Amino acid sequence: MLPTTPSGATMVTDVSPPDPEREAAAAQAAPGVVVADAPKPDVGAPAVIDHAIAEPVFETQGLSVHYAGKPAVLDVSLRVAQRQITAFIGPSGCGKSTILRCFDRMNDLIPVAKVGGKVLYHGLDLYGDGIDAVQVRKRIGMVFQKPNPFPKSIYDNIAFGPKVLGIKGDMDEMVETALVRASLWDDVKDRLKDNAFGMSGGQQQRLCIARALATSPDVLLMDEPCSALDPISTGRIEDLMHQLKETVSIVIVTHNMQQAARVSDRTAFFIVDLSAGEDSRIGRLVEYGPTQRIFTTPHDQRTEDYVSGKFG
Amino acid sequence: MSALDPAASSPLALDARATLGAARRSVAVRDRLFVALLLVLTSIGLIVLAALLIDTGIDGFPKISADFLTSFPSAFPAKAGIESALVGTLWLMAVVAAVIVPLGVATALYLEEYADHLKWWNRVVEVNIQNLAAVPSIVYGILGLAFIVRGPLGLGRTVLAGGLTLSLVVLPVVIVTAREAIRAVPPSIKEGALALGCTQWQAIWKQLLPASIPGIATGVILSLSRAIGETAPLILVGAATFVAFNPTGLDSAFTALPLQIFSWISQPKEEFQALAAAAIVVLLVVLIMLNAVAIWLRNRYQKRW
Repeated sequence: MLPTTPSGATMVTDVSPPDPEREAAAAQAAPGVVVADAPKPDVGAPAVIDHAIAEPVFETQGLSVHYAGKPAVLDVSLRVAQRQITAFIGPSGCGKSTILRCFDRMNDLIPVAKVGGKVLYHGLDLYGDGIDAVQVRKRIGMVFQKPNPFPKSIYDNIAFGPKVLGIKGDMDEMVETALVRASLWDDVKDRLKDNAFGMSGGQQQRLCIARALATSPDVLLMDEPCSALDPISTGRIEDLMHQLKETVSIVIVTHNMQQAARVSDRTAFFIVDLSAGEDSRIGRLVEYGPTQRIFTTPHDQRTEDYVSGKFG
Repeated sequence: MSALDPAASSPLALDARATLGAARRSVAVRDRLFVALLLVLTSIGLIVLAALLIDTGIDGFPKISADFLTSFPSAFPAKAGIESALVGTLWLMAVVAAVIVPLGVATALYLEEYADHLKWWNRVVEVNIQNLAAVPSIVYGILGLAFIVRGPLGLGRTVLAGGLTLSLVVLPVVIVTAREAIRAVPPSIKEGALALGCTQWQAIWKQLLPASIPGIATGVILSLSRAIGETAPLILVGAATFVAFNPTGLDSAFTALPLQIFSWISQPKEEFQALAAAAIVVLLVVLIMLNAVAIWLRNRYQKRW
C-alpha cells in the first residue's frame, strides 16, 4: 500500500481557520501547491490533506476497515476540527459512512467488520484497550439516513436517552431544551404525547436530532441525514446545523455536493479505488481541506472532476 | 386530431390496437377460468367445515345450558356437565402460558440477537426447533409420559405434568412466531437506541421487545388455541376422563375439554353423543374468542414503520 501521509510537493499546509476569502486568495497566490495542471494522478496517489487543525475532536491515523477480510476503506488519516461542520463526500461505496461509523464504534455491530489504525477522540484512541463502545456512544450522537424515531410519543422519544443514561434533572425541561435546540419545539409543543410516526419525514428527522442532543453529546455524526427528505425539510436541517455548530462538532456524510458546499467548513473527498479489480471496491481519501478551497480550487484532478460533475 | 383519437391510423397505432386487443381477450378468458377454479377449491374446504359445524351445532346447541356448564360428569346423561373439564382446560392453559411466554421469548431473543449463526451449535438449535414444530403431538405425549409423568420429573398425572407436555407441543411454534415478530422490528430502531449509548440489553429490553410484543402476543395466543384442542398428548400422559371435581392446584388430577369430548363420543349411549357435540360447541366458542383476541391485538398494535 502507498503511504497516506502526504509529503513533498503534494503536502498543503493550511494554518489559518477556514476563512473562505482568504482561502481562495491563498490558493491563487501560491500556485506552486496547486496540482490541477498535473497529469491525472494514479489511483492511490498520496492524498492532499490539510493537517493543520489544532486540538482536533477526531484524528484518524491510517484508519482502515475490512469486511470479512476484504478491505472497504484503507489508509485514512485526517483531523476533524471542533465546533465546525466537516463533510465527507464521494461516490457510492467510497466508504464515507464506514469511516463515520468508526467515530462512534457503530461498526462494532457488524461482526465481520474489522477496524485497523487509530481513531483518536480528543487524543484518546477509541479502539484502544479498555474503551467501552457504549460509553463512547454516550458522548457521540448519531443521526441516520432514514429517520428512525422510536414507536413512542414525541416526548418519550426525547426522554428515552436521558432516562437510560441515568441523567438527573427535570425531564420536562430536558425534553423542551432538546426540542428547542432542534428547532422543533414550536411545531410539537402542543402534541408531545402524540406518536412520533404521525410527524412528517422532516419533523421525524429533526426529532432524531433532538433525541441525539438530549444526552448533550460533544459530537453529532450525521449519515446522509437529508437523503430521504424534500428540499424544504433539507433546508431546515441545514439551518439547524449552522445553529448547532456553536455548541457541537458535526461530521456529515452526504451524497449531495451542494449540501456539503452549503453547510460545511471542511470537506473530505473520498473515491472508490477499483485498481485491485471490479470485485474489490476500496475507499480512499483523496483530498481534505476547507470547503471553499475544495470546491473552487481543488488540488487533485479527481476532486475537480467530481465537484464539477464529471463523474460520480 | 388528438393523440388519443381512436381513428388514428399510423402504423404504430394500428399495430398497438391489433396486438393489445387480441391479448386482452384471450388473457381475460384464462383469468376468469383461473378465478373460477380458485373459488371452487376454496368453497370445497369451506363447505366441509360448515357442514361439520352445522351438524355439531344442531346436536349440541339444545344441550348447552347453565346446568351443563356447571355440572360435573355423570353416568346419567341428563345430569352430566363439563365444569371440571372446562376448569381443567383453563388450568392447563394457565400453565402452558406461564411456560411458553418466558421460554419462547428468551429462546427467540437468543437466536435473533445473540446467537452467532456461524457457530454450528446455534444452527443445530435452529434446525431442530423448525423440525420440532412438525413433530406429531402424540410423540410429545410419549415424551411427557416418560420424562414428566414418570421418569426424571415424576410429577404424576397432574395439571402441571399435562401443562408441561402441552407446552412442549406448542413451544416450537411460539419460538418461530416470536422470532418473526422480533425480526419485523426494523434494525434502525435498535441502532437508534444503541447510538444513544444504550447497552445491547437496554436496547433489546426497552425498544426491541416492546415493539415486538403485539407479534409475540399473537403467536402466543394462536399457540394456546392449538394447545387447547390437543387430545392425544393428554391421553398419553394419562389424564383421567371422568373427574367429578375441579383441580385444586398444580398437583391435582384433572381432565380437559377435548378429553371429555373423546370420552363421551366413545360412550354407546346416544345422549352422550349429543353432550359431546355440546362440549365441542363450547370448545369452539373458547377457540374463536382466543383467535378474536389475537386478531384484535394484531390490528390494534399494527406498526407503521
